[in-house]
Amino acid sequence: MKQHPVLLRRIGIGAIAISLVAALAFVALRTGPLAPVKVTVTSVQEGKLKPAIFGIGTVEARRSWMVGPTVAGRVLSVRVDVGDTVKAGQLLAEMDPVDLDQRLAALDAALARASSTQAAAQAQVADATARRELAAINAKRNQDLAAQNFISAGALEGRLQEKASADAALQAAQANLSGTAQDINRQKAERAALQQQRGNVRLLAPADGVVTSRDAEAGSTVVAGQPVLRLIDPASLWVRMRVDQGRSAGLAPGLKASIVLRSQPRTPMPGQVARVEMLADAVTEERIAQIAFAAASSSAAAPAVAASVGELAEVELQLPETASALLLPNASIQRLQGKTGVWRLSEGRPAFVSVRLGVSSLDGRVQVLEGLKAGDSVVVYSQKALTEGARVQVVETLVKGATP
Amino acid sequence: MISLAGRDIAHSWSKFVLTGIGLGLLIGVTLTMAGVYRGMVDDAHALLNNSGADLWVVQKDTQGPYAESSSIKDDVVRSVRGMPGVAQAANVTYFTMQVQGADGDDTRAMVVGIESGQSGEPGYLVAGRQITRGHYEAVADVKTGFALGERIRIRRHDYTVVGLTQRMVSSGGDPMVFIALKDAQEAQFLKDNDAIQNDRTRTANNPAFNRPGVPGLLDAVQALQSSSRSVNAVLVQLAPGFEAEQVAEPIRRWKHLQVFTRAGMEEILVAKLIATSAKQIGMFLVILAIVSAAIVAFIIYTMTLGKIREIAVLKLIGTRNITIASMILQQALGLGLIGFIVGKVAATVWAPVFPKFVLLLTQDAFTGLIVTLVICALASTLAIRTALKVDPAAAIG
Repeated sequence: MKQHPVLLRRIGIGAIAISLVAALAFVALRTGPLAPVKVTVTSVQEGKLKPAIFGIGTVEARRSWMVGPTVAGRVLSVRVDVGDTVKAGQLLAEMDPVDLDQRLAALDAALARASSTQAAAQAQVADATARRELAAINAKRNQDLAAQNFISAGALEGRLQEKASADAALQAAQANLSGTAQDINRQKAERAALQQQRGNVRLLAPADGVVTSRDAEAGSTVVAGQPVLRLIDPASLWVRMRVDQGRSAGLAPGLKASIVLRSQPRTPMPGQVARVEMLADAVTEERIAQIAFAAASSSAAAPAVAASVGELAEVELQLPETASALLLPNASIQRLQGKTGVWRLSEGRPAFVSVRLGVSSLDGRVQVLEGLKAGDSVVVYSQKALTEGARVQVVETLVKGATP
Repeated sequence: MISLAGRDIAHSWSKFVLTGIGLGLLIGVTLTMAGVYRGMVDDAHALLNNSGADLWVVQKDTQGPYAESSSIKDDVVRSVRGMPGVAQAANVTYFTMQVQGADGDDTRAMVVGIESGQSGEPGYLVAGRQITRGHYEAVADVKTGFALGERIRIRRHDYTVVGLTQRMVSSGGDPMVFIALKDAQEAQFLKDNDAIQNDRTRTANNPAFNRPGVPGLLDAVQALQSSSRSVNAVLVQLAPGFEAEQVAEPIRRWKHLQVFTRAGMEEILVAKLIATSAKQIGMFLVILAIVSAAIVAFIIYTMTLGKIREIAVLKLIGTRNITIASMILQQALGLGLIGFIVGKVAATVWAPVFPKFVLLLTQDAFTGLIVTLVICALASTLAIRTALKVDPAAAIG
């Protein structure tokens, strides 16, 4: 009976000592340099990739116009406002013609006067024609008389000279007449020119479109080339896409695109690469391509795309599927001392293997061209940076609730 | 030969163990404080390691990008790539800001703009994948609390978290969020819409920029104002066979930029950036160690005083002084050992709960063990002195 408390006490002390040592051992092995690094692994498998190109861009109109005067002047009236749909040839705005109408009236008067001058010239021609006929008859008669030696040679020469003079006078009158006709033509041309200028102050719509901006109001003065109104063709909206040069391999016209507008993030719209610009942006290191909305081309009449010019859009271009190759998640790719490679598990220890990579897809898989073979076990995620031959513990996942 | 110490402990073992646990918690706090200091230094080192750079090219006459702000044009990287000994050079931006999660809560994070596939990219992930799109994707540190697939908001754009990483922190311990460089440049310098509108109006009201005879000038000026082509630093990796200083010197001399080697950067981060706060913690650690030592000494002393009658009895029955002294010393060391184990376990258990990283080094633990035992031994001498001086007659009263 007396032994029991001592025994119990000893057992109690022993249990406490053992639990303390166990806790210390557990702590030492779980943390610090002795603890293994938790990793997850995947095996290299063959598969096909669907690479894609991702870029962002802004909605722009393929066809847009800036309507303004060709000479400096004052705006007389603006007939349309932003948002109005206009037809080709519709009067949009008018510039102040200033003195153009008065100059037209002056030209009209000058034209009338030229007609009068022409009538006078015609009369002169008739007069000269009559004189010439008389001189010709006289000359003929005197020639007959001279042939019979009734008159002297001198008298004949006088008549002949009269006839020559009458000829010349007729020619002069005729030239005068054609001169007045040319004068009338000139006046007419000048009037037509002025008429053109008068028409030019009326700013007409160059094509069907929608007014996007009204830059000047009646009364304001604009210089030549400064727009009064801006129009776009709403059926010609497309996305001007900028894509990083380093990730633009395969960018070509005709690729199928999926466009997500900032205003409609849940509804991707189909599209197609309409053009790849020859000029890339050297400063931002981006290439530029235009993506047309697929819907817009089918029904060109109505503004099929409810997008605003200048709106941000995300574009994903689908590239053709690649040939079958070894695939890895890009999280497993590491860079060690300038070399690209992966940590391959051989006999439970990681070893760094250099690899050569091919194309990658947007979902984070990448082709391995060299360095690995199918079935190799490769570290994907690790708790910390691995070193050659480090102790690792393979686990299912490192973060709770995170499924890759 | 019976173990006097063992007998005594067995006699009142619960008291002994409770005292040990109390002492252990105190030692745990001291170890944790050392861990906080180590964690601080390690945060700085983690920042350097994660950038994967050998050289940091920053604005001339600054100590950027971590300690000071530095701004260089983003085409500087091309001229740096052309320098001898440079294997890789990549632009990078650092920007500490509040990042909004899907639930609307703010998290303080360091937003890092990286070029994918270059140095600066997170070296290892714990879930998800690296950034593949050129825009609007993010890799976040698990400390941010963001989940895979979560939409987070940085300035006016939403980013999808596609990958998670661990121990990617700034020198201040803020978790990092990695996004594409172009997004980061925009986020860093983008103003809010009101500010942009105000700026536009201000420019439009300036007659120098809004001249009636020069259509298009205003648009050009406004486009110029809203674009940003700056980065904070260029991270350089050395080609094999080149010394850091050998590569850095020509860049400093001919490109008129400041270049830091790894040693220089460590110096800036550890000796300058976190110097004051580290000293603060260090000071606290010293005081805590002294207080702990004093408490240990007092505990052992009072424990001995509590047994003064028993010791007098031992003396009365003729026990040798050395036996009594060794009993007290053994008890003190035992108490220290229990205290150390409890402290170490406690520190390890509560270290992950701390918001900032607490690094418990094994060498710190060993130092702690030795110091604890030494203090216990020293404290026991005080108690031994008292015990040996006790008059055997005190046993009778």
